[in-house]
Amino acid sequence: MHTEFLMGNAAIARGAIASGLNLIAGYPGTPSTEVLETAAKSRPDGLYVEWSVNEKAALELAAGASYAGARTMVTMKQVGLNVASDPLMSLAYIGVKGGMVILVADDPGPISSQTEQDTRTFAAYSKLPCFDPSTVQEAYEMIQDAYAYSEKYHTPVLFRPTTRICHAYASIEVKDEAEFAVNTPEGFVKDSTKWVIFPKLSRNAHEMIAKREPVLSADFSGYSKNRIADSSGLPSRNLALASHGASFAYTMDALSLLDAEGISQAKCLEVLKISTPYPFPEELGLKFLQAHDEVLCIEELDPVIERELTYIAGKHHLNVTIRGKLTGDVTPAGENSTESVAEAIRKLLSGAGDSALSAASAATGNDNPPALPVRPPVLCAGCPHRASFYAVKQAMKGKKAVFCGDIGCYTLGNAMPLDMVDTCLCMGAGLNIAQGINRIEPDTTAFAFVGDSTFFASAITGVVNAVYNQAEMVLVVLDNSTTAMTGHQPHPGTGRTMMGEIVAKIDIESVLRGIGVKTVETVNPLELSAAVETVKRVAKEPGVKAVIFRSPCAVLVKPEKPAVIDPEKCINCKRCVRELGCPGLVISEGKVQIESALCTGCMLCSQVCPTQAIGKGGQKE
Amino acid sequence: MTNILITGVGGQGIVLASKLIAGTAMKKNIPVMSAETIGMAQKGGSVQSYLRLGKGAYSAMFPRGSADLLLAFEPGEAVRMLPWLKKNGTAVVNTHAIMPTTASLSGASYSGEEMIAYLKERVENLILVDGDAACRALGSPRALNMVLLGAAVSSGALPFTVDEVDEVMRVSVREAFRDLNSRALRYQ
Ligand code: SF4
Ligand code: SF4
Repeated sequence: MHTEFLMGNAAIARGAIASGLNLIAGYPGTPSTEVLETAAKSRPDGLYVEWSVNEKAALELAAGASYAGARTMVTMKQVGLNVASDPLMSLAYIGVKGGMVILVADDPGPISSQTEQDTRTFAAYSKLPCFDPSTVQEAYEMIQDAYAYSEKYHTPVLFRPTTRICHAYASIEVKDEAEFAVNTPEGFVKDSTKWVIFPKLSRNAHEMIAKREPVLSADFSGYSKNRIADSSGLPSRNLALASHGASFAYTMDALSLLDAEGISQAKCLEVLKISTPYPFPEELGLKFLQAHDEVLCIEELDPVIERELTYIAGKHHLNVTIRGKLTGDVTPAGENSTESVAEAIRKLLSGAGDSALSAASAATGNDNPPALPVRPPVLCAGCPHRASFYAVKQAMKGKKAVFCGDIGCYTLGNAMPLDMVDTCLCMGAGLNIAQGINRIEPDTTAFAFVGDSTFFASAITGVVNAVYNQAEMVLVVLDNSTTAMTGHQPHPGTGRTMMGEIVAKIDIESVLRGIGVKTVETVNPLELSAAVETVKRVAKEPGVKAVIFRSPCAVLVKPEKPAVIDPEKCINCKRCVRELGCPGLVISEGKVQIESALCTGCMLCSQVCPTQAIGKGGQKE
Repeated sequence: MTNILITGVGGQGIVLASKLIAGTAMKKNIPVMSAETIGMAQKGGSVQSYLRLGKGAYSAMFPRGSADLLLAFEPGEAVRMLPWLKKNGTAVVNTHAIMPTTASLSGASYSGEEMIAYLKERVENLILVDGDAACRALGSPRALNMVLLGAAVSSGALPFTVDEVDEVMRVSVREAFRDLNSRALRYQ
């Protein structure tokens, strides 16, 4: 053992490697991305690492490897599990030979996601055991336990950290290489009664899973990470707490905070910590409920523990009040914090209300601050997406058009002044939504914007659908040669793999032509007038047609010298600022200036300036 | 336990400052945990890094009123996160304001001066650093994070010295930046 300072996601990857991991596959998505990246960086011999084309492909790939006896991991964010749910539901029936952990990162808040869905609920639905770590150290240990349970019960298991665990760092104890487990896969052993899903197998598997549930539940009641955290004082009969994940950490810190405020009862509160929400450790829950009159459940996302405890209380006719989200004692949506938890507990502790000195009021400077600058995220200075959106906007000026967006950096094209994203639903949806709007409103030109990574992940079937069903739409592929939003991962169009190989790229234009899109034009969006003309020309064609805007992500290429504004020529009309909203253009002392630390010299602004006042940055320096 | 809140605007390099504080603490066998903003907000949004040095806490996200040090890379962000500062805590603040794109669009003015005035009124241990002047003097905009970190360490708010941070920095960053960073850490 030795100590290292690791990010939660890195700790999870390192724990999996210490468990003898043979294969890891996934699709990037905040907050899960760094798990696979860490595995690639610290890749031991014999570990295969892959960014798959999407989550479904990754899960199926790992299933095949686990059939052959490999220890595998699949990584994704919570909405990625929706994409992978088809193989997941069936795999729960088939089971695995080599241990398989499906890492699904949940995102309370949500901080960077479309939904606040709870993978603990998905675990109960798919009937797969689920692990929920509270700290970085615990995540490192628990991932190793997850492999042990997976192999003991021949089932894939879910592992669901949340953002605050994934992106937390801590100095933790990790194993030395000599302590790592090694797994040598036996290979795939043919057996059609085992690996081929048929109604008869499904019926039997369903029964086996139903019978396994209480066995696992009993096993989990004895699992050391499901436990009752001791109170530092004499345990109170009246009130107790139940929590999980990051909220457990907030709860423990909240108790220290309340104690420091002089609320002595805080010392006497026991906390039930649930690390395996499914199957729920019923015996442990029962023992806990029997010892208390009232239990406050502190959870993020769904009230999973609250419902389970309410169920146990009913089943055993216990006279205990269960509180939480369902009773309005904990916020139904968004994140918890040490303060929000302290507040919920303070309310329930009788008489504590008056003496409580809320932490917020003890703080400095929350009184009448001056109006604070608002900082919504924006497309980077020099981002080629800004140019693409602007070109389409110019080309369609005065015409009836709808702009369907998708998931990626380019969702930020919705912000003023571009205002070019009318819809955004989920990965790859924009294409089909555009077709649907046009079916009902045929005089609207329907545009769908899709990034290159999203194109491969889930838009190709939408193109097939559009072409075959004779849709009318303009597909705009924003090809910046990377998966920018999640930190620049390779994808099939980049020609790089996670194993470090340089391979043939899959060419988007050929894919579109192969499907039967007759008009496909590729143009550099930073050449504004050519880009506008291309969009105008292509939009007039019948059926499904496509424009590919190709220009690399501004973060990936070495910036040019910042642009310069000629004060003699600038008439201070501020047109560049109003039209583009590039962070590289600022107004200081009433005049438009280039923020040279940000400007990449893309020269888009010079093409909208009516007096040609903006020029390329100085050659010498 | 020492609680540190670093705050700024996405892209200013607060992550490296946070890593170096953690790295130095590790070297001195002080347990450390931190929480970072990763994701969309990194594109020009408000970003924070919470750090806790010492034993006894479960989560790195400490509550309001408990930061011993507020290290702010931008004056407006300092005001935004001021409620997290302890009474008698130290604030190290860059005086150079960053205008958000939204302000450029609406024509609203924002200079940061009203923020500084507000901070002066409320924070006893306030250390103002003209980060822009420092970067000009050092010859690189990339020096900002080390200038501010150096000022914070020199203030005595952290349980280590500039030399100790410097040593960790030298093994953490690419060679091309080491000398610039060393000078920046000691810029006064
Ligand atoms: S050249 Fe103009 S549009 Fe391009 S990054 Fe610089 S300021 Fe922004
Ligand atoms: S990371 Fe790349 S694609 Fe994303 S906003 Fe910045 S320049 Fe554009």
